[in-house]
Amino acid sequence: MPTVTMTVNGRRVTGEVEPRTLLVQFIRETLGLTGTHVGCDTSQCGTCVVHVDGNSVKSCTMLAAQAEGTTVTTIEGLANGDLHPMQAAFNEHHGLQCGFCTPGMVMSAIDLVNRNKSPSEHDIREWLEGNICRCTGYHNIVKAIKAGAQAMAGGKR
Amino acid sequence: MTVQGIGAAVRRKEDRRFLTGRGTYTDDINRPGQLYAVILRSPHAHARILKVDTSAAAKMPGVAAIFIGSDMAKDNLGSIPCGWLIKNKDDTPMAEPPHPPLVTDRVRHVGDQVAVVIAENRNQARDAAEAIRVDYEVLPAIVDTASAAKPGAPQVWDQAKNNVCFDWHLGDKAAVDAAFVKAHHVTKIDLVNNRLIPNALEPRAAIGEYDRATGDYTLYTTSQNPHLIRLLMGAFVLHLPEHKLRVVAPDVGGGFGSKIYHYAEEAIVTWAAGKLGRPIKWTADRSESFMSDAHGRDHVSHAELAMDANGNFLALRVATIANVGAYLSTFSTCVPTYLYATLLAGVYKTPAIYAEVKAVFTNTVVVDAYRGAGRPEATYLLERLVDKAAREMKIDRVELRRRNLIPRDAFPYQTPVALQYDSGDYQSTLDIGLKNADWSGFEARRAEAKKRGKLRGIGISTYIEACGIAPSAVVGSLGARAGLYESAAVRVHPTGSVSVMTGTHSHGQGHETTFAQLVADRLGIPIENVDVVHGDTSKIPFGMGTYGSRSLAVGGSAIVKALDKVVKKATRIAAHLLEASEADIEFKNGTFTVAGTDRSVPFGSVALTAYVPHNYPITELEPGLEELAFYDPLNFTYPGGCHICEVEIDPETGTTEVVKFTAVDDIGRVINPMIVEGQVHGGITQGIGQALLEACVYDKESGQILTGSYNDYTMPRADNLPSFTVETHNTFCTHNPLGAKGVGEVGAIGSPPAIINAVIDALSPLGVHDIEMPATPQRVWRAIQSAATARAAE
Repeated sequence: MPTVTMTVNGRRVTGEVEPRTLLVQFIRETLGLTGTHVGCDTSQCGTCVVHVDGNSVKSCTMLAAQAEGTTVTTIEGLANGDLHPMQAAFNEHHGLQCGFCTPGMVMSAIDLVNRNKSPSEHDIREWLEGNICRCTGYHNIVKAIKAGAQAMAGGKR
Repeated sequence: MTVQGIGAAVRRKEDRRFLTGRGTYTDDINRPGQLYAVILRSPHAHARILKVDTSAAAKMPGVAAIFIGSDMAKDNLGSIPCGWLIKNKDDTPMAEPPHPPLVTDRVRHVGDQVAVVIAENRNQARDAAEAIRVDYEVLPAIVDTASAAKPGAPQVWDQAKNNVCFDWHLGDKAAVDAAFVKAHHVTKIDLVNNRLIPNALEPRAAIGEYDRATGDYTLYTTSQNPHLIRLLMGAFVLHLPEHKLRVVAPDVGGGFGSKIYHYAEEAIVTWAAGKLGRPIKWTADRSESFMSDAHGRDHVSHAELAMDANGNFLALRVATIANVGAYLSTFSTCVPTYLYATLLAGVYKTPAIYAEVKAVFTNTVVVDAYRGAGRPEATYLLERLVDKAAREMKIDRVELRRRNLIPRDAFPYQTPVALQYDSGDYQSTLDIGLKNADWSGFEARRAEAKKRGKLRGIGISTYIEACGIAPSAVVGSLGARAGLYESAAVRVHPTGSVSVMTGTHSHGQGHETTFAQLVADRLGIPIENVDVVHGDTSKIPFGMGTYGSRSLAVGGSAIVKALDKVVKKATRIAAHLLEASEADIEFKNGTFTVAGTDRSVPFGSVALTAYVPHNYPITELEPGLEELAFYDPLNFTYPGGCHICEVEIDPETGTTEVVKFTAVDDIGRVINPMIVEGQVHGGITQGIGQALLEACVYDKESGQILTGSYNDYTMPRADNLPSFTVETHNTFCTHNPLGAKGVGEVGAIGSPPAIINAVIDALSPLGVHDIEMPATPQRVWRAIQSAATARAAE
């Protein structure tokens, strides 16, 4: 079986994978990082969003082999011990209920704010088109991302 | 209200693990030596199985075992049971066909379980499943609700003639008939309540495990009620005694009803783990979820409302056909009966009601409770009917509602359809709703929108629901095969921290926070010192789980009862320590005080004394401080309220935008207003989904599910929705110790008719007076075009 090597959450990792292995399978099953979720099989739900070289990517749309040599950040690697300002904002504004979409939402939101420091409600709602939440009705997620963007602009990260 | 007690918007304790990716959902669990199961599912809606050839598949790499229906049948396993017996009008029992975990002779819906392949990894199991050859004789299929009971329709079960599961009724037919004779006007309506797919974002999963040394089985599963699964699977299907079967429902990624039921896969992996002596994991693909999770709604109804000349409701007559799918799921039969027809009084003082419900089998996946379960169907029917009546009677729709609302001083109010409402204030929730939505200013907004080429409409729904299910004696008399109390154990640890073991299950509701608030409020300790334990039959007392908005009203009440016992015993210990009479001890803010003195002892010292009983009334009192309570409610609870929706429709494209949504709900005592608002937001969104976006579509010829992925089934997304205006105006439940009613389902119950009434209000100037859910752009555009054609022809 082919071998892939990448840097995940600051750690250099190598693993043998079948060619058809998706990046999300490599992350969950080979690396045991189960914070990245799988909610569909058509790249619609966004629960598997991670950052690959700084950009948000649905890790079910990418083969592990395609991630060779990249730098990947998963929800587990966002903050060391403390919460990233976006994670803290989701807690403060009740932007999560069952928690299943949450890692993908947070990873996606951070990429939005990296591109658009001060997104409007409209910007946020448009950006989240690829992340499905069945619990919150998005109301509090939108509030959380607005607040998270402000906290990130405040220089926390 | 204390900082962390009842009424405080405390931030959730459970968030941290979810936000950092440390939640533990079933598929995150991996057991040593674990194998993977893949279910081979029927590609046909209805077919006879002629032959299953597993020989090639069995030789594929990594395959540990393949089982088909006859393998399970050899072990004399039971059928997956239905939890509620409904009787026909003539008092005979419903048709109750068998539901084996793996079928043997016939498949009855696309996705039906034919075989299980177990291999070293998931890819190997999947590859081998594709290598199984099944010869099917394809049979004609019936998927359509309205025509399933018509003569000549394909028959799903030999023992259910004309596909009828039951033909049931409720209410006083003679009184209703007499009222219709005297009516000044009768408004009639035909409605479809569209079939929905719950789509909890975490797909179902299960891990079965068997310990050969002890004979113990463990099942990890995505369930809202682990004890119920243990009872149903252990006692009825696999015949395993409770003490040898542990069921764990760890973090669960949403349920909305779909994770209440005992599913075939749970029995398959548990049974197969016993056969192979290794843990076996199964996780659904989303595609599998679409064709194997229980669906919701799917009613076809005709209703008639009789009124006098002033618009007073005299009687209501309803006939509904409800699709139950190919088998009877756990609670499928009570949803279109006791959770539906009993709600047809709504918030109105209609004196006579008669409802007939015919449940039909079809070649579709099972239909069972989905958020609201029966109550959204009743509310949609009533609130569409009332709006239509208002139009026909030329009475303002708000005024017509006002004339018929149950007055504030009428509680307890006995409806003609079995329920007794304990409390409510429908006038106030209506008034606040109208104010918050600026109802009176709407026509100016409609005019402004018209200038922009948009059709603006406003719609209202005043609703009630029955939840907090349920009084065991009542549901037992109605056919329930289970009790519906709840349990709680409060364990005070020696140093004063507390664990609460609850029979309810949290899969998004935030119990770890709200239940800790109950304890903090009562014992005066910080919520950080309270742990809420749920979801593991080996850790918690027997409890019925979470559904029907029952967790706080029933489970919370059990916690209160257990806390009462803890405080009572702790008071006796404190009295001993303070050398005072028990009657003189006051307990407040975590401190026991001898009334009128400064002699006191903190709760923590009392706890320590209970476990280190050196100075202790040992002849009168056992050591320790741990209490168990069961709470069986005396009645359902009755949340209600008013939902108002404002939409703008683009007549060129038929696209409907919800521009404003206002909800005023009466949910009883609020423990955490932040969590309450979140529950309402989510419910409203599922209501908007039903009204505008979501529909499960089966092809009427082939029986294939046409909406079997997120590319085809339209889930509400952030850009489909506005932010919401929500408020509560609460009257308290009179029969549980918290005064709590429940909030989980109100959003999904009240909202769909408000949305459709708004769409019709927007379109009515064009002559459109009816539209089906979901009001998709195509449907709206067609309605506009056909109304224009009709006008042109006049």
